[in-house]
Amino acid sequence: MEEKNFICTACPMGCKLIVRLDGNEVVQVLGHRCRRGENYGAQEATTPKRMLATTVRARGGLHPLLPVYTSAEVPKAKMQEILAILREVDITCPVKMGDVILKDIADTGVDILASRDL
Amino acid sequence: MKHNYDVVVIGAGPAGLASAIEAKKAGAEKVLVIERDREPGGILLQCIHNGFGLHTFKEDLPGPAYAQRFIDEARALGIDFMLDTMVMEITPERRLWLSSARKGYFSLDAKAIVLAMGCRERTRPQIRIPGMRPAGVFTAGTAQRWVNVQGFMPGKRFVILGSGDIGMIMARRLTLEGARVESVLEVQSYLSGLMRNYVQCLEDWNVPLHLRHTVKRVIGKNRVEAVEAVAVDEKWQFVPGTERIIPCDTLLLSVGLIPENELSKKAGILLSAVTGGPVVDQNFQTNFPGIFAAGNVVHVYDLVDYVSEAGNQAGHGAALFANGTLAKPQKSIKVNAGKNVRYVVPQFLDPQALKDEAIVLQCRVTQPIEEDVWFEVRSESQSIVRRSDRYARPGEMVSVKLTPSMFDDVLKAGELFLDIYAKSEA
Repeated sequence: MEEKNFICTACPMGCKLIVRLDGNEVVQVLGHRCRRGENYGAQEATTPKRMLATTVRARGGLHPLLPVYTSAEVPKAKMQEILAILREVDITCPVKMGDVILKDIADTGVDILASRDL
Repeated sequence: MKHNYDVVVIGAGPAGLASAIEAKKAGAEKVLVIERDREPGGILLQCIHNGFGLHTFKEDLPGPAYAQRFIDEARALGIDFMLDTMVMEITPERRLWLSSARKGYFSLDAKAIVLAMGCRERTRPQIRIPGMRPAGVFTAGTAQRWVNVQGFMPGKRFVILGSGDIGMIMARRLTLEGARVESVLEVQSYLSGLMRNYVQCLEDWNVPLHLRHTVKRVIGKNRVEAVEAVAVDEKWQFVPGTERIIPCDTLLLSVGLIPENELSKKAGILLSAVTGGPVVDQNFQTNFPGIFAAGNVVHVYDLVDYVSEAGNQAGHGAALFANGTLAKPQKSIKVNAGKNVRYVVPQFLDPQALKDEAIVLQCRVTQPIEEDVWFEVRSESQSIVRRSDRYARPGEMVSVKLTPSMFDDVLKAGELFLDIYAKSEA
């Protein structure tokens, strides 16, 4: 049986979690003090996910960059692939906050949204 | 006297925007926000990462989106903006002297003013790092503006001094943009930012954190070539023999924020030596009637959501003052930082205000306490309220609420004290 250690970020408390795994199957989460922590530990041990925020090139706006973010968490393992796609994006202003810049990025089912008007 | 505006807000960051919106909603007819940048939003515009608005909107927003919700609301309410305009001076009579390329040097008179200038980063001279003075030493916030807004990379290989939130967030951001972050050095024995930033910004991207370490020397003639890192003891003295040369081309500083109060100082507003911000009452009113202050200009917050709340309160007070309906203080009692508490805001309160509404006391603990703790408000002779939590950390603001049910106790008190202590010591 494998054990993985995490610091929980479900709330600011920062509980030290131990997750016991059998292959890719979560057997037990220890050290959590709430249900959210238990879920976080299980998720973190199997398919860790994060929100991603970055910028893409923008033309014709007040600034040369448009800040963008993912509409939901994406797998950590796909971060580099997503960043590589976004480095090629070149958009023309005006853009509205919430505009979809790219749909279903890297087959994650998650969209890339504009963080502001520009 | 003819007033140009009912409420004038200085600064269009989160505190200023919330102040202006609430002032308008509370009945101030003419509200103006003055901003020195070319657009409203403040530092949120460069904080492109997520994590904003979890309390206010129950959503996980990036900084620019959080700002824009307030900007859109302010515009819809008919609040005036004066952008690209610098406030040069304010007077206790609430006259503002301003300067802009378009209008030159001019003045405005306001019935009430809200100070919302935010804060500034500590720089190299303020922490006295010895060594040479090459190019390549930046504050983390400057680097953040370059990378996220202006599109420049300040370097390729970084060392970050200080484990403040902006420093950790920049460690991740620079890594995502292809740079290498060699190390984050923190002189204290604990993290100064939030735990989630340690996990998501450092751990996730394999950036090592060295607690109880600092920079002994900056090396490089024209450009930073390396820094000499060193371990320190509990008194922050260098530990001989632990020196290590870390090659890098850029040193970022994330070593604390200081409320920005040049205008307040010049006007003679009373400042706290501990927070660096104005001394305020429960309405966030300064010692000059009609001049209010909100957000990081008062004390440095951990989360923007609380800054917006403070803006609401100050804006509300400013609107009532402008309309002549703000209650005159009957009595002012001092709120003191007690055991393990660095400071408390507000520093003064009028017990009468507690008759109708709750008053929230905000404070910072001096040292981390990693066990069950009490946050307790007391007078010289008796406990008034206490609540518990599982820990207290300097990186996280603590608030304790006084409610109208405590009115009698607070009225009797000569002064109030806020203590934080481990339950095991009780």
